[in-house]
Amino acid sequence: MTSLSHPTAGGTSAPASPHSVVHTKVYGDSEHLQVPAAAAHVSSEQMLDWFKQMLLIREFELRCMQAYQEKKIGGFCHVYIGQEAVAVGCTAAVQHKDPIVTAYRDHGHALARGMDPKHCMAEMFGRIGGCAKGKGGSMHMFDRDNNLYGGHGIVGAQTPLGAGLAFGCKYMDEVIDGKPNSRVSLCFLGDGALNQGAFHEAMNLAGLFDIPVIYVVENNGYSMGTAIARGTTMAHSLITKAAGYGIDGYVVDGMDVVGVYADMKHIADKCRATSRPAFVDMRTYRYKGHSMSDPRKYRTKEEEEVFETHDPIGRLEARLKTAGLLTDDSLKAMQKAVRDTVRDAITWSDESPIPPMAELYHDVFVEPWGPYTGSSQPAMNGGTANQPSMRTIDTKEELS
Amino acid sequence: MSAVREIEYRDALREAMSEEMRRDKRVFLLGEEVAEYNGAYKISRGMLEEFGARRVIDTPISESGFAGLAIGAAMMGLKPVVEFMSWSFSLVAADPILNNAPKMLYMSGGQFGCPVVFRGNDGAGGQLGSTHSWCVEGLFSNVPGIKIAIPSNPYDAKGLLKTAIRGSDPVFFLESERMLGNKGEVPEEEYLIPFGQAKVIRSGTDCTLASWGRPVHFCMEAAEEMQKLGISCEVIDLRTVRPLDIGTVVRSVKKTGACVVVDQSWSFGSPGSELASQVHRHCFDDLDNYVHRVHSADVPTPYATNLEQEYLPNARKIAEAVRSATYNL
Repeated sequence: MTSLSHPTAGGTSAPASPHSVVHTKVYGDSEHLQVPAAAAHVSSEQMLDWFKQMLLIREFELRCMQAYQEKKIGGFCHVYIGQEAVAVGCTAAVQHKDPIVTAYRDHGHALARGMDPKHCMAEMFGRIGGCAKGKGGSMHMFDRDNNLYGGHGIVGAQTPLGAGLAFGCKYMDEVIDGKPNSRVSLCFLGDGALNQGAFHEAMNLAGLFDIPVIYVVENNGYSMGTAIARGTTMAHSLITKAAGYGIDGYVVDGMDVVGVYADMKHIADKCRATSRPAFVDMRTYRYKGHSMSDPRKYRTKEEEEVFETHDPIGRLEARLKTAGLLTDDSLKAMQKAVRDTVRDAITWSDESPIPPMAELYHDVFVEPWGPYTGSSQPAMNGGTANQPSMRTIDTKEELS
Repeated sequence: MSAVREIEYRDALREAMSEEMRRDKRVFLLGEEVAEYNGAYKISRGMLEEFGARRVIDTPISESGFAGLAIGAAMMGLKPVVEFMSWSFSLVAADPILNNAPKMLYMSGGQFGCPVVFRGNDGAGGQLGSTHSWCVEGLFSNVPGIKIAIPSNPYDAKGLLKTAIRGSDPVFFLESERMLGNKGEVPEEEYLIPFGQAKVIRSGTDCTLASWGRPVHFCMEAAEEMQKLGISCEVIDLRTVRPLDIGTVVRSVKKTGACVVVDQSWSFGSPGSELASQVHRHCFDDLDNYVHRVHSADVPTPYATNLEQEYLPNARKIAEAVRSATYNL
C-alpha cells in the first residue's frame, strides 16, 4: 500500500489517503462498509466498458484543452482529467432513469451518462448542434434524454436542485402514481461547494424530508487554488458534516473505478430502498488546473506525480492485463477507436453551423409573447431542425 | 342575477391555489408556516386539511434551500407554488430564483423549463422597517426569463394566480400584506386572467395614471381629488409588469396627452422608469409635458409612521404630480 498524502490531510495529523480505501459510515447503525468487487458482481464486460469510457473522457478532455488553445472554445473550460473513475463508476452504479446533476466540471458526467461526444464538443464550440444549441457552454451540459439536469456554473447552486430532482421523483411516484419511490438522484459537487450555504440548506432539507439524493463530493483537494484544509473545517473527516444532518456518510476511493462502482452500487441501492439521502466523500485528484488559465503554483510537481502514478486509467489497465482481459494490441485498438471518436466529434462540431440569430430570442419562455418565440428541443433530442422565425419588435405596428 | 359575492384578497389567493391543486396533482405548496400554522398570513388556511402534508409542505427557514428544491422539482415536471412569507426574504435565495429559474430553459437549449410560482408579500407592510419592506419588482423586473404579476385586488389576484400556476414559465407573484384583508367581488365561476393585459379602471380625458399593485388605490384616491378640480384622470392598472401592456397605456396617453407613472419601488432603474421611457418613445408627439413619476423616496424604508407615510407613494404626491403634468389645463 503506497503511503500518499491527499491534500485532505492538510496540516492536520489525521490520516487520509485516497488509496488506502477507507469505507466508513459514521451515522446510524455502525455498519462497516467494504464491498469487494466480486460481491458487486462486476463482469469483465463491465470493466472493459468502463475502461473505454475513461479513455474516451481523457482523450476528449485533452482535445478540449487543445481546442481551447486554438480558441475554438471560449469562456471558461474546466477539464476532468484524473477524476474519470468518479463519473464513470457512479453513473454505472445507478439506473439510467435516475437523475444526475453536477457542477461546472461536467464534460465527464455528460459523456458517462451517454451524451454523444459531438453534441458535447459542439456545445463548447458554440454551435447549433451543441446539446444546448450553443447557448449553455462548457459549464452547462444538459441532456434530457439521458436524465442529465446540468451542468451548473455557480458553486453549490446544484445542491438544492439535486434535492428538488429527488423530491420530484419521489412525489411523482408516491403522490401522483401511488407507488413506492423508484429513483435515486445523484448530485455531484466539488469540495469547494462544501462551504456554500446552499449546500447546507440542501443537506438539511434532504435529511428532514427523507429525500433520496446522494451528494457525491468529488474531493480533489482543492477549491480552485485553495487546499481543502485551508478553507474547510474537518477536512480530514468530511462525513462528520453529514452526521450533523442525520445523513449517512461514506468515504470512497475515487481513483479506482471498480471500487467506486461497488461502493456506490451499495449506497445507491440502499438509498433507493430506504428513500433516504447519502453523502459521499469521494477522494480524487484533478491533474490539470482549476481552469485553463491555472498554472498550479499552489501545489508541488511531486504531489502531482504521485497521483499520476495512481491514475484510475492506469490502475484499471493493469488489472485488466493481469486478468488477461486486455493485451497491448487490444489496448492500441481501443485507444485508436477513442481517438477517432473524438476527432470525428471535433470535425462534426467544426462543421455544425453557428446558431441562427433567431436563437437569441428563442428558449427564453416556453409560451411565446412579445419578442420571445417560444422554445423547442435541440436536434440532439429529436427536435426539429430548429429555425424559429425572428420576430421583429415593431411597436408601431403592434400599437396601431 | 344574484349579487356577486365579496371575498378577501387572501381568500382569493387560497381559492386560486386550491382550485389548481384539485385540478392538477403536480401542483403543491411549500413554504414557511404554510401547513400546520395555516399560513403566517392565513392565506393557506385549511389547505393542509384538504390536501395533506405531502402537498402542503412546511419548510424550515431556509429560502435558498427550498426555492432551489422547488426549481429542481419543476425541472422534473412538477408545478410548485413557493410562498415567501415576505419577498424581502427572497434576497437570501437570489441565486436559485434569479440564476436558475429564469435561465434554465435558455441555457439548456429548450430542454428544461421551470414552471414554478414564487409568491408572497411585497412592499411596505406597516412599520416593518428597512429590511422587511422590499419592493422586489425594482430589482427583479430587470431579469429576462421571469413573468411578474402584481395584482391590486381580489378579483385580479385569483385570476392571475390561476394563470401563473397553469403556465409553463417561472412567475414572481407579488402580493401585499396591506391588501390581504381588502374585500372585492370575486365570482363563484372559474375564470383566468391572461398576463400582459392592463385594465382601464377609471376613464378620463386629461391625464393617464399608470400603476400596479397597492398604489393603484392611491391613484384612484388622487383621481377623485383631481375630479373636484375639474381634471379628469384615466387610471390604468397594469396588473403585470412582465409582460408590460404598453399598448393600453399608449392608447390612453394619445388621448389624454399627459401621464403619471406610480411605482412603489425606488425610482432608479425601476419598472416605473422603464414604463416612462416607453411612453416617451411611443407618445413623443402626443405629450404636453414629460412623463411624471411617483416612487418611494430614494432612502431606506423608515420605521416612524409619519416618515413611512411620506416615504411611500400616496394620494397627495400623486395629485401633485398630476397637477404638474397638466399645468397647461
